[in-house]
Amino acid sequence: MCDHYHPQSCDTPGLTESGFTRRRFLGHGLGLVSAATTVPAFLMRAGDALAADTTMRLSSKPGVPDDRVLVVVQLSGGNDGLNTVIPYGQDIYYKSRPTLGIKADQVLKVDGVDGLGLHPSLAPIQEMMQGGLACAVQGVGYPNPNRSHFSSMDIWHTADASAAGQGGRGWIGTALDSLEQPTGLDCLNIGKSAPLATLGKTSRPVSFENAQLFRWAGRDLDKQVSETYDQVHDTAVDSGSEDPLAFINRTSMDAQVASDKVRKATWAKSKTKWPGGNSLGRQLEMVAKMIRAELPTRVYYVALGGFDTHANQLNNHQRLMDQFAKAMKAFYDELEATGNRSRVVSLAFSEFGRRVRQNASAGTDHGCAGPSFVFGEHVNPGILGTHPSLTELEKGDLVFNTDFRSLYTDLLQDWMKMDAKLALGQDYPSAGILRAV
Amino acid sequence: MTTSISVIPAEQFDQASAWHLLNRVGYGGTPSQVRELQALGLDKAVDHLVDYAQIDVSHLPGVELDPDVMRKLTQDERKRYQTARREGNQDVLDEQRRFNLQARQADQKMMNELRRWWFDRMVATPRPAEDRLTLFWHGHFASSWRSVRDTYLMYQQHQMLRDNANGNFTDLARGIVRDPAMLKYLNNNQNNKRKPNENLARELMELFTLGVGHYTEEDIKAGARALTGYHIDDNDFIFRQGQHDATEKTILGKQGTFDGDDFVDILLRQDSCSKFVAAKLYDAFVADVGDVYENVPAENRKVIDQIAAELEKNNFEIKPVLAKLFKSQHFHSADIVGKKIKDPTQLTVGTMRNLGLPTRDRSLIEKGMGAMGQVLFEPPTVDGWDGGRSWINTSTLFVRQNLTTYLVSNKHPAKKTKKKNLNIGYDPQSWLAQTDDKSPKSVTDFMIDHLVGPHTPAARRAPAHQFVASREDGDQMTNETLVALACLITAMPEYQLC
Repeated sequence: MCDHYHPQSCDTPGLTESGFTRRRFLGHGLGLVSAATTVPAFLMRAGDALAADTTMRLSSKPGVPDDRVLVVVQLSGGNDGLNTVIPYGQDIYYKSRPTLGIKADQVLKVDGVDGLGLHPSLAPIQEMMQGGLACAVQGVGYPNPNRSHFSSMDIWHTADASAAGQGGRGWIGTALDSLEQPTGLDCLNIGKSAPLATLGKTSRPVSFENAQLFRWAGRDLDKQVSETYDQVHDTAVDSGSEDPLAFINRTSMDAQVASDKVRKATWAKSKTKWPGGNSLGRQLEMVAKMIRAELPTRVYYVALGGFDTHANQLNNHQRLMDQFAKAMKAFYDELEATGNRSRVVSLAFSEFGRRVRQNASAGTDHGCAGPSFVFGEHVNPGILGTHPSLTELEKGDLVFNTDFRSLYTDLLQDWMKMDAKLALGQDYPSAGILRAV
Repeated sequence: MTTSISVIPAEQFDQASAWHLLNRVGYGGTPSQVRELQALGLDKAVDHLVDYAQIDVSHLPGVELDPDVMRKLTQDERKRYQTARREGNQDVLDEQRRFNLQARQADQKMMNELRRWWFDRMVATPRPAEDRLTLFWHGHFASSWRSVRDTYLMYQQHQMLRDNANGNFTDLARGIVRDPAMLKYLNNNQNNKRKPNENLARELMELFTLGVGHYTEEDIKAGARALTGYHIDDNDFIFRQGQHDATEKTILGKQGTFDGDDFVDILLRQDSCSKFVAAKLYDAFVADVGDVYENVPAENRKVIDQIAAELEKNNFEIKPVLAKLFKSQHFHSADIVGKKIKDPTQLTVGTMRNLGLPTRDRSLIEKGMGAMGQVLFEPPTVDGWDGGRSWINTSTLFVRQNLTTYLVSNKHPAKKTKKKNLNIGYDPQSWLAQTDDKSPKSVTDFMIDHLVGPHTPAARRAPAHQFVASREDGDQMTNETLVALACLITAMPEYQLC
């Protein structure tokens, strides 16, 4: 019955003579070069990394270390900027927010700014600002603001304020499209599905909620199944480099290596203590481990939800501020403890701020401009820019004074040393968030 | 490479050709369905797939959708909210916010229903090519619910595409400039004679009919004027005479007081149009060469030119052109068989149809489809899905393998369910009804032939054979081994292709 379709398929020889396995590769280190046509690029570098010092890695631009990392923290739902960076010096703030306004004596003061301060739960970030590790940029937004979560988030993700929902590519993905040697692990997202920001023409993030899921689940069936899977996937198909099967096979080998590396990285024990019950902290702890393991990942993407505080905002917002600040502080503490702090700049943003006036349900409705935060040793610390006017409003909302794409420009151009114009479609003025790096 | 689209000799249509045809044009099927298709002979087999109108589908469930979930405000409501905004009446504004929120939530729920309806239909339909083609046109004339935000409009568009899926391209193109979802998606509701909006005119030329380089910016401007007044009124198309620019225009060298339908007719008469459509069909059904005619390798372009000529000969009727293509030497050649990357829908629906699997948790399947990059009714851009190699990367490969493993074994990707506790929900021995020799070795080849394809070389079959040989199942495989084998085969790199 084995001649069901083609009789010749009945022979069952062992692996072909030219067949080789991933594990053999990794063992051989630099000896792989001769197999360049069939060996995936990432695999070769994985071999390199084991055999050679990591400083041997080629840099994309002269003088720029290739191990610079960008971490993007998405605060989903529209964070209330006015209760984050608080203009406690203005009466109109308290008039607009009779029960939601944070009392002046509770607001955390920041050196060099008058009448402005941080939410009381942002003490860890205040400490980071004083230590030169954090800045808040005021009044970040874009022209003709869109108050739909969905559309505004799409605008932030695509960096295109005109085509909400129609652009399928994001600023990070487009930037990573230009990498000369993509590794398959250039961008890593912690979450259910890949954010639009991370999708490029060819670049896609590795995406998972839990690193242990970044593997073939069938391995759990039994050991024999798992071993057979390795046998199938570790064997290179010798079918010509242009063949689609060879392409899938190469990608599959990349995936197995990436899976091993990612999962092994997250098994390591953290060096510092992390805050418990903190979902952002849990994600950043994973990121810190992966950075420490020197994955070739350039951009990590994490998110914290719950900022859509239409009702009973006070407690909810306080809890979120507390989570956010503790997680960021713990992240940079861990990076410092593992000697990686100088490698990592982080951006925290939300799709919009909220209304100036509180609503009838002790909450706030969708607004426009709001503050973003940038972290790392290379930031200009403190509260940057000017606060949007609380009196000259547009449809009851704050008017932006820093275009969010100026932040992207600084991060891409100055930090990642990538072509910001390519990713954003046009030039934007610097937001001045980074010192010369 | 054989570039001829002459028909293959009838006797060459064997079980392997039927397998190829069913996988490429339909969503796969069981071994007995492959045999039935082969038994029809080449002509009837292709007709059965492509000329599906007479196949009864009345037993398939429909979907009932409320057309008024995203209804526009009444005049009274509009006035009331305007006043409230002006006067800062928080209570009324809160009420409006709640109203909008509820509508959006109801629409989201309806979209979930619609998505499930389509997915289930793809799994169950006896007219698989109808759904393959509908999905193809959905990617071609792409609108996304992400921005249309009105499920009923998306459903109407879906029906228009389905009704014309194997019909005439002219009807599709004319239909799309009157399609409310598309008009909303590409802002044509804001296209009027005082302030023309060029979005639809541009995409109509660039992405729907001609391709870049076959028109000028002036043509776009003139085309946009022709499309002025093509608006929507609630759920329907409306031609607003008063907003329409009825003055003379020059489009692609033609002069006249053209409207949108004239504009479409001019586009369809361009030489580049048939080549453009042919390249799209070729990329979707024959080979992953990209859909930009000018960038296709010369050998493949020879085939596309022939398809384009067939399209013109048949006045843009799709059915006869596809029939010719699917019977062709090129389509059945070794350069084509087993070399096309399955889109996530083909992978998912195909796996269920190939093995006759029961429905699993739809929300998990939909999550998987999203992670693989293909959410029905949400193509990423107006250019549709990129297709081909863009489906495959280190992340999506695991999702693909984990989803097929889940479908086959009911093994949840995130749960370490003990093997003995997996409730697979069907009898895997039923797969073997089509083969007399139940010996493990023979069954392994039977499964590989059916799932990965008869063209699979011996070396690639070896690990599966070794696996089965090591199981000590005796003369006949246990359920456990059969399911594990199916998981392993559907996780092979080869299974991503068809």
